Amino acid sequence: MAIGETIRNSQIWKSIFRHPMPLDRRNRIVVMLTNFFLHLHPVSIKKQGIALSFTWCMGGVTFFLFLVETVTGVLLMFYYRPTLEWAYNDILALRDVTSLGILRELHRWGAHAMVITTWLHMYRVFLTGSYKPPREFNWVVGVILLLLTLLLSFTGYLLPWDQLAIWAITVGSNMARATPVLGYEGPGQQLLTIGGIDMITDASDARFGLLGARFVGEETLNRFYVLHCIAIPLAVALLLAIHFWRVRKDGGISGPL
Amino acid sequence: MHNPFFLKDVAGFLGGYYTFLAIMNAVAALLLWRKKGQTGWSLVWTVFAGAMMILASMALSGAESLVPALPEAARSFVNRLSGPVAYTVGTTALFVILFVFRKFFVQPMVAWSVLNIALLLMGLAMANEDFAAIVMKPDNVPIVGLVFLLAFFTWVATKQAVVNDERIAQGLPPMEKLDDEKVLVWPDLVYTELICMVAVSAFLLVWAIFLPAPLEEPASSVKTPNPSKAPWYFLGLQEMLVYFDPWYAGVVLPSLVVFGLMAMPYLDFNKKGNGYYSIEERKFSYLVYQFGFFELWITLIILGTFLRGPNWNFFGPFEHWTPYKVEVLNNVDLNQMFWVNLLDRPLPRAPQGAGTLAQIGYILLREAPGLIALGVYLVVLPPLLAVTVFRGFFAKMGFIRYMIMANLMLLMLSLPIKMILRWTFNLKYILSIPEFSLNF
Repeated sequence: MAIGETIRNSQIWKSIFRHPMPLDRRNRIVVMLTNFFLHLHPVSIKKQGIALSFTWCMGGVTFFLFLVETVTGVLLMFYYRPTLEWAYNDILALRDVTSLGILRELHRWGAHAMVITTWLHMYRVFLTGSYKPPREFNWVVGVILLLLTLLLSFTGYLLPWDQLAIWAITVGSNMARATPVLGYEGPGQQLLTIGGIDMITDASDARFGLLGARFVGEETLNRFYVLHCIAIPLAVALLLAIHFWRVRKDGGISGPL
Repeated sequence: MHNPFFLKDVAGFLGGYYTFLAIMNAVAALLLWRKKGQTGWSLVWTVFAGAMMILASMALSGAESLVPALPEAARSFVNRLSGPVAYTVGTTALFVILFVFRKFFVQPMVAWSVLNIALLLMGLAMANEDFAAIVMKPDNVPIVGLVFLLAFFTWVATKQAVVNDERIAQGLPPMEKLDDEKVLVWPDLVYTELICMVAVSAFLLVWAIFLPAPLEEPASSVKTPNPSKAPWYFLGLQEMLVYFDPWYAGVVLPSLVVFGLMAMPYLDFNKKGNGYYSIEERKFSYLVYQFGFFELWITLIILGTFLRGPNWNFFGPFEHWTPYKVEVLNNVDLNQMFWVNLLDRPLPRAPQGAGTLAQIGYILLREAPGLIALGVYLVVLPPLLAVTVFRGFFAKMGFIRYMIMANLMLLMLSLPIKMILRWTFNLKYILSIPEFSLNF
């Protein structure tokens, strides 16, 4: 008896996989229904709907890149300390000293790639008119996910704490200073004046809320770190779940009616 | 400043680059050779592959004078020709040509020729230090990839759309409808996914091994780099700052982009073109989306990343980024144009000690030309369009949906309109109310 068969007949294996190898039609159906990771998929699907020339696989690649970012990100978190004292030095060490410092490259290029694949996915969905009824709401969820992807990348941009990082974030967040009404250099900022006291100053406006300070400093590093590693990924995970669930509920991969 | 070893450094890369082009074309030639009736093209690409091998050996010869490069005359011609106006008009013209003659450009051999020419030109340009410095900057590499990916996928989509449009014109269903067969997800989809995952992982690993992530000097809040740039995906927004104040370019317009994208499925009442590639059946929404995506997002990102140097001045692709380049800023506000230049009077100003209301009145008077222009644009134009050009739309969409669509479109067009006004009349602001930080 082959060793593989012994393993597959063992109680442990059978307790994990409730079906034989998916070699015949019945078991190929059962595997989709009983496997947690596979149950996102339907059992059968239109052949045309999964043609690469039709889907470009960009949504799937984006999700995969999100997983890559999560795994490499968690590993980087073991190493990196988000403080003025250590942030830059830790990244420097990742480049020069640490084995597997390539994790940073994987994380950074994966992030750039994810921005691009998100755009391409969206482009494909537009070009095939897949945002049309009944998929309108899932498109809206997708737009929020696009926004969160950009914010993930933006918050991560600061963490190496080098010149590139701090000035890119400074330029980007300076926009918030000009938010109408809520930014202290924005139009209508004077409207929120109570009893002659300005409510919107450089220490209370939208930019301050984003940075946690009047300029990009340690408070910002901490704020962006938490947003980057916890808050935004959690929001993305939730919305991804909704996005995938709605793909199924709205009729699966789109196709001609 | 110029690196005396630049050509030596880049020669190795270019050698590999041209070898890659040669292999790519040799494979294409081989595949075409096996097909019937493609012998001619097969020979063309064989010759091209040979030429690329020659370029590769020239690059690797060790002699700097042999590294293939664009002649100085061509480079200075491109530099002299390029500027924000030429760039925007040029890219627009390019998109229009590609769209109008899409049936021609989607032919595989035409697309392959275009790709080869683009890659060859890029290789030749790369032998220039200033060009290479920008394109090979680690964080800019993704944009180069994005350009080629977008071109490729646009080709893939347009090719199918052209076929579908022809079929629909003949009364046939789109290609996607022909194959109604259903297959099991295991193995047909899960294996595709697995292969995609392996391919993406391999690609990412190679990228990570060969291109180190950038790390500059430690952050210093007193040393401002020139130019200071946002991350590349926001550079389209930063480029808009040339034409608008931050409250509009950096806050309101991006919010409108997000809102507009979300509103899209509710505004597009066209039921056709759902689930298959098509252009003819949804030309209006197609053109609006492509205009926004390519013209107002992608080309602005490329402009902001590759062609904007110190002081956010425009630099040609082969121009050295010097902070000493001087550009004339002679932009004039609309109120100045109207009161001073046209009526030959000073700007209306509230007299000393006037009350708040009087001051606001004078501001309104001063800004009357801009206010009237904006009023006409945003208030008068939508109903006017509703009874003329967009009569069909208005009837189908109803008042609220139509108004949202019309205003979103007009606000989207505010950017190119402002650009054109800037280039033609040196117009700075249509509304200039520094008293309320409200410049538009």
